[in-house]
Amino acid sequence: MGGLPAGKVEPTEHDYPEWERRVDAMVQLLRGGGRITVDELRKNIESLPREAYDQLSYYEKWISSLTQTLIQRGVITSAELGRKMEEVDKRKR
Amino acid sequence: MSPQFVTDYPALAPLFRPGQKVKVRAGAPLGHIRTPFYIRGHVGEIERLCGAFPNPEELAQMRDGLPAQPLYRVRFKQKEVWPDYRGPDNDVVEIEIFQHWLEKA
Repeated sequence: MGGLPAGKVEPTEHDYPEWERRVDAMVQLLRGGGRITVDELRKNIESLPREAYDQLSYYEKWISSLTQTLIQRGVITSAELGRKMEEVDKRKR
Repeated sequence: MSPQFVTDYPALAPLFRPGQKVKVRAGAPLGHIRTPFYIRGHVGEIERLCGAFPNPEELAQMRDGLPAQPLYRVRFKQKEVWPDYRGPDNDVVEIEIFQHWLEKA
């Protein structure tokens, strides 16, 4: 992959869980509305630490990158995101 | 020479024509770059002019990427890219590359 040895590729189909569909929808809407470009999303995926890049799934990479892009664009702040994450965490308990 | 796609961005003039040999720049600057590492420094042949599109290196940094850069499809022999390639000699790999990554070979 990317010109590097990758071993055998086994193509498989899988169902997309709801959160993956939502990530896809957010990316489409934000790109369509001209708020972000695919190039920023790609840049932020490439900027993931190597370990994260290797371990995260396809949509986990997209949501990390989308979040970073929205912070860079000023659509959300890190503080808002942090508060929301704490709120969601409390719901689980 | 008409491009595959006509766009209306203010654009730089195309410098290369189909059939011309080009060399991909070999640099590795920082930033978001669409030219794959494995093809940098290799010589290929212009297959077509795709059109002119905003520079993704600039779009990635939240700028407008204008003037638009001509984008070409460039054809490389797989044997030249990967010396241990075992397939037929005439197998090619085609990559779309922006003009500022290409020079006359």
